[in-house]
Amino acid sequence: MADTITAEDPLTGEEIEIPSDVEVGEIVDSPATGAELEVISVDPVVLEEAPELEEDWGE
Amino acid sequence: MKVGLLYSRIRRDEKLLLSELRDRGHEVAKIDVRDEQFGLSDPPEAFDGVDVVVDRCLATSRSLYVTQFLDAYDVPVVNGSDTADVCSDKVKNSLALEAAGVPTPTTEVAFTTDSALEIIERFGYPCVIKPVVGSWGRLMAKVESRSAAEAILEHKATLGHYQHKVFYIQEFVEKPGRDIRVVAVDGEPIAAMTRSSDHWLTNAAKGAEVEPFGPDDRVRDLVATASDAVGGGLLGVDLMEAGDDYTVHEVNHTVEFKALNDAVDVDVPAEVVDWLETKVANETEAAV
Repeated sequence: MADTITAEDPLTGEEIEIPSDVEVGEIVDSPATGAELEVISVDPVVLEEAPELEEDWGE
Repeated sequence: MKVGLLYSRIRRDEKLLLSELRDRGHEVAKIDVRDEQFGLSDPPEAFDGVDVVVDRCLATSRSLYVTQFLDAYDVPVVNGSDTADVCSDKVKNSLALEAAGVPTPTTEVAFTTDSALEIIERFGYPCVIKPVVGSWGRLMAKVESRSAAEAILEHKATLGHYQHKVFYIQEFVEKPGRDIRVVAVDGEPIAAMTRSSDHWLTNAAKGAEVEPFGPDDRVRDLVATASDAVGGGLLGVDLMEAGDDYTVHEVNHTVEFKALNDAVDVDVPAEVVDWLETKVANETEAAV
């Protein structure tokens, strides 16, 4: 059931596999660089580098 | 019902909630707080027709302001702005717990390094220094000696933001290597777990091990009182075992529950959505 789809890693230009049930706003890790990438849209799938965590983020 | 999910980053917690809401046939508007502009009078269009907004914004500062705007727009939001205000600031959190008679670690606050050092010397070593704002255990320090205290206070005083010059100092609680996290809705526990670690910080985000925990009557009482003290809602109440009683050290308003959902048999997102449904139904009933 773990379907994947292909997306372009914006940092390396490589194609990477990500889960097909991703949400806009979700973070996926780049398998090549380990960088956090944010899903900007799902149709088509567009990834951007995710913003850095800041001090007041989280609980 | 139509639920607005306010977010800046979709974590597993948010995905769990989204799945549960959609599975039950609820309409969901995902609202990225980074995309919206908030006027003083009228809400952004993204909020049209929502019965309730669930604030899952990862950035506390944004959460604080957006919930206040939603109050101004008369859009129901959980958790409310008053709760966010108290929970996001450790001083306000501690004052609220104390006022409600909830046992909480001995805490004092000072605004200069000299005055803070006096507190630390009086508390003895080890003690704990925490930032008044901050999360996931960041910038918290267990102070073991006077020389360490002097260094940490000087570093904090030099950090850029003025809030780092508010020195929040707590006695170190000798807990048995674990703390207790209870997730509650309006003071009613839906699930609880312990978090164990060799490290003095037992935050699941920092790799603590989690186990299910069955709250006893005392824990249930404290959770209900602590929740009420900060304004209720969907909260994470953090307790430590202290001798033959418990002490509540924090109440969190944008509570993470993925670790809890994995640790216990309770379907946490289902319980949360049950509560949302009841809340919206009650408000609809009251409005008629």
